[in-house]
Amino acid sequence: MSAPAPAVVRENGQQPAPLDRPLSASNLLQTVATGYVPLVIATLVVFLPLLWMLLSSFKQPGEIVTMDLKVLPESLNLQNYVTAMTTVPFAQFFANSLIVTVVGSSVKVVLAILTAYALVFVRFPFKNGIFVLILVALMVPAQVSILPNYILIAGMGGKNTLWGIILPGLGTAFGTFLLRQHFLTLPPSILEAAEIDGAGHWRRLWQIIVPVSVPSIATVALVTVVSEWNDYIWPLIITDRPETMTLPVGLTLLQNSEGNGAGWGILMAGAVLVIVPILLVFAALQRYIVAGLTQGSVTG
Amino acid sequence: MTVPLTHNSTAAPAVRPGRANATPPDGPTAKTKADQPRRRWSGRSRKDFVVFLAMALPNLVLIGTFTYWPLINNIYYSTLDWTLGSASATVVGLQNYVTFFTSEDASKVLGTTAIFTVLTVGGSMILGLLVALALNSKVRGTTFARSAVFAPYVLSGVGVGLVWLFIFDPGYGVLAWILRGLGQQSPQWINDPQLSLVMVIIVYVWKNLGYCAVVFLAGLQSLPRDVMEAAALDGANSVRRFFNISLPLLSPTTFFLLITTMLSSLQAFDLIRIMTPLGNGTSTLIYEAYLQAFGAYNRAGYSAAISVILFAILLVITVLQLRFVERKVHYS
Repeated sequence: MSAPAPAVVRENGQQPAPLDRPLSASNLLQTVATGYVPLVIATLVVFLPLLWMLLSSFKQPGEIVTMDLKVLPESLNLQNYVTAMTTVPFAQFFANSLIVTVVGSSVKVVLAILTAYALVFVRFPFKNGIFVLILVALMVPAQVSILPNYILIAGMGGKNTLWGIILPGLGTAFGTFLLRQHFLTLPPSILEAAEIDGAGHWRRLWQIIVPVSVPSIATVALVTVVSEWNDYIWPLIITDRPETMTLPVGLTLLQNSEGNGAGWGILMAGAVLVIVPILLVFAALQRYIVAGLTQGSVTG
Repeated sequence: MTVPLTHNSTAAPAVRPGRANATPPDGPTAKTKADQPRRRWSGRSRKDFVVFLAMALPNLVLIGTFTYWPLINNIYYSTLDWTLGSASATVVGLQNYVTFFTSEDASKVLGTTAIFTVLTVGGSMILGLLVALALNSKVRGTTFARSAVFAPYVLSGVGVGLVWLFIFDPGYGVLAWILRGLGQQSPQWINDPQLSLVMVIIVYVWKNLGYCAVVFLAGLQSLPRDVMEAAALDGANSVRRFFNISLPLLSPTTFFLLITTMLSSLQAFDLIRIMTPLGNGTSTLIYEAYLQAFGAYNRAGYSAAISVILFAILLVITVLQLRFVERKVHYS
């Protein structure tokens, strides 16, 4: 059941179909009806709203505030993007999001690697107890902690600061869990030679364990990047000045300033700016992201 | 010497989409075996002690401070009559809980939470299963389609909420335009509280069904092939095979998804905040907790009490899951 290849069969009706005329018209029709049509519909349901977002981001108010819908914009006009960037400090939001995502994810990945290595390869009492505490933390939703964390961070002077956005999320139960599970699957023999060489834990970690764990680390890193970039509730609460807002929070600001129908084009331009970077990352590296998100939540 | 090991099968679980439980036997169950060889490093305990702390302590302290400590604090705050930002607070014991459960808030908020959770979980699971069946067919393009349907799951809730808000816009949205073409008026998605809830549920399902589809697909692909073939030879048609064989065999996957999607539905915030900022008709527990503390009222103690109630619900579901998952979700 592990290999994907032999499993991709069945549940489709055409499998036990008569073998004598594989290309008959009815067979072909059945393949199209049961195979392609649902796939195409599912894909369109996902893509059409996003395509609509992109097309609308190029439309002028006159093309949107109209009873007679125009599918394509009259021109690839970037005016909405310009307006979005000048009404609110969008470049600042983008930079803030980038900093929060890069710093937050880098620290989290390093912390996850270190903790997972310590849990698997370093002798320590109560390791299982510590692991259980991490597992339980994985199940505690950030949402129920926002008020106490707000009071804590605001008390530390972290309101409207980038470190105030980053700090509470730095502890990583997810990454630690995922990497620990992976490190446990590494054969112990892998460290034997290093042990004979007298290499310390630090060298064993970075020269042996990390190089053979690149796919797992990439999974953790990508899932972390995606969730840091999209994170909304915490930055929303801890910032109320544009200088430190991240992109999702800044979009809310744009929404407030563009209340009427004419603002939709500008809002869609803003949505493009927050959605497309992650969409590109996802398109390029989706197998790691899908694996991490569907695997990590097994414990959730 | 390390090079051949990079091709070890252990790299696979991380790369392959699917649930950890569906990974080969060298997955989580192998941990007890891997524990033993390490005992050979003796005489280093003290050094190891320091190394362990140096490596793990920063993370553990962060988790303790920002995950565990808030849980305790929340319970304490929930016993206070306290306006956020005010320097003074009065201890009122369980008064906040009493207020919540005796006011009409309770039935409204709990009702909204129940409707939202049941419909989003049901919707994304049923549609997810249908999509998984489509993805499981033997035609070209399933890999692409799988990625495509999963994509909304990783996109910003804020961005997605705005896109759909535009689509639902009763004046200039696509939906209104289509309905006008059919001679219908667009429903007042924004102003009518009940329709607002329906709108948010639709978008939530759109965003999350891909997750269910991919997990269901992994489950479908791990079903024993010989059983399916035997049933096909016995003349069972695909509908019967699905209901009598696939669906029962998928029950561990279904249960796993039921729990995880329920947990995330109960925590849904982004879409509700962006599509219905006032929570008019869409105030679930999490959103009510947010509104009470950070909305107009700044009722910190009351908000904390609602958060504690939410946490209790999440805890019950999680414990239920652990109970059953241990027993049922392993196929082998």
